[in-house]
Amino acid sequence: MTPVTSAQYTDLTTPGSGIKADSASLPALTNDEILRYSRHLILPDVGMEGQRRLKAARVLLVGTGGLGSPAALYLAAAGVGTLGLVDFDVVDVTNLQRQIIHGTKDVGRSKIASARDRINDVNPHVGVESHEVALTSANALEIAAEYDIIVDGTDNFPTRYLVNDTSVLLGKPNVYGSIFRFEGQASVFATQHGPCYRCLFREPPPPGLVPSCAEGGVFGVLPGIIGTIQATETIKLILGVGESLAGRLLLVDTLGMQFRTMKLRRDPECPACGTREIRELIDYEHFCGVTSTQAADSGASDSAASDIVELSPRELAARLARGDDFDLIDVREPFEWEIARIEGARLIPLGTLGAAVPELDPSRELVLYCKGGVRSLTAARELQAAGFTRLSNVTGGISRWSEEVDSTVARY
Amino acid sequence: MTVTLALPTVLAKFAGGSRKLDASGTTIGEVVADVAGRFPELAPRLRDESGEPYPFVTFYLNDDDARFAGGFSAAVSDGDEIIIVPAIAGG
Repeated sequence: MTPVTSAQYTDLTTPGSGIKADSASLPALTNDEILRYSRHLILPDVGMEGQRRLKAARVLLVGTGGLGSPAALYLAAAGVGTLGLVDFDVVDVTNLQRQIIHGTKDVGRSKIASARDRINDVNPHVGVESHEVALTSANALEIAAEYDIIVDGTDNFPTRYLVNDTSVLLGKPNVYGSIFRFEGQASVFATQHGPCYRCLFREPPPPGLVPSCAEGGVFGVLPGIIGTIQATETIKLILGVGESLAGRLLLVDTLGMQFRTMKLRRDPECPACGTREIRELIDYEHFCGVTSTQAADSGASDSAASDIVELSPRELAARLARGDDFDLIDVREPFEWEIARIEGARLIPLGTLGAAVPELDPSRELVLYCKGGVRSLTAARELQAAGFTRLSNVTGGISRWSEEVDSTVARY
Repeated sequence: MTVTLALPTVLAKFAGGSRKLDASGTTIGEVVADVAGRFPELAPRLRDESGEPYPFVTFYLNDDDARFAGGFSAAVSDGDEIIIVPAIAGG
């Protein structure tokens, strides 16, 4: 990998700049396109030249999930000429509550294929470039180098830092959006003079501290709001109009229905865009404290926790069927317990575990489970610290139990 | 000094469900200590064991990044608002 040491920034944030400012080199619009984009063409800030800039633009969407879905649909409808899609996931029925680019008929298909078909339907004039891979330090610079703007629609901290550093190293704007439960954030990072994601959050939280959407839930319409804001900012950058979110952090609170913007400044000590000590991409899983066997999402396990036995759902089923002597403890929340549970378990939500320790017998074996295996591992570590030694964690939690052992247990 | 502390929903449950707290202190650090003393469950989510801010929770003082005003040493005035913005990664 060749490190990019001096970023060749395209200044997209000054009004009147925009993508490929030399209007003579912009592609022409066909009569079909002129008709399709007529409502843009009569807008003073878009017009023929703006629409041709959109056609010339190449935008990379990292993730075709909650944020990537609305962003891709609106960028396609607006006539962005080329959309690159990065995703390696498969459409799951639990995605459909918010990932509106995919439909019920797409469950089980690759997200890239599903998104490509939908984009082609929305606007056949858009070229779709599929990158059906996980974005990594080994491929990110090569993939992103081919695009003008990167839209961050990822769902985990390692990939967010990877996208940010890639954007800074290549000098390409990173249109950021992030969501959790009912609240979202949006900004534009890595512009010529603006701050980057590391200026806002120098380091990620340790794994397990902030639950993922799979563990913590997400209000389905929220990524629709944040993703369309990302599409808006992307289009503004391409056109060179308006005031970019670069240098500002937009906070969206859907319950209070409040939007507020905070000032963001480039941190002179930021290792990415300040001191520039980050000259090449690093190991982001390691940076974020994720061990090699630990998935960023559900289904995590940790081989480093040597005294905690990892038990597969099938092994648990066999042990239950044999009548082995152990206590099965569910560390999820009561509302999750209402949705689904494993017969014979006792509910002790993770947050109340400390208070429940005196009621537990350290001489007995405790088998812990949650939804995906992350919270139960945290619980096992907590019990380990409290002196418990006979601890097992159900790998993949009740989700995997439902898939592999008992399909009558509802997945959620 | 009496200031307002604005919490994201995810932290409100550790502050008795409140998203706006009145707190007192002459610096952000003192305000955080005041709130941490009243809500022990919230304390470890605002600052580390040595009382320092985390690199993944950003404090804003009246819409500006408090780190540029001295971080937890930044002086606060009556009526100021401190907004807590934690890193989130969902997408």
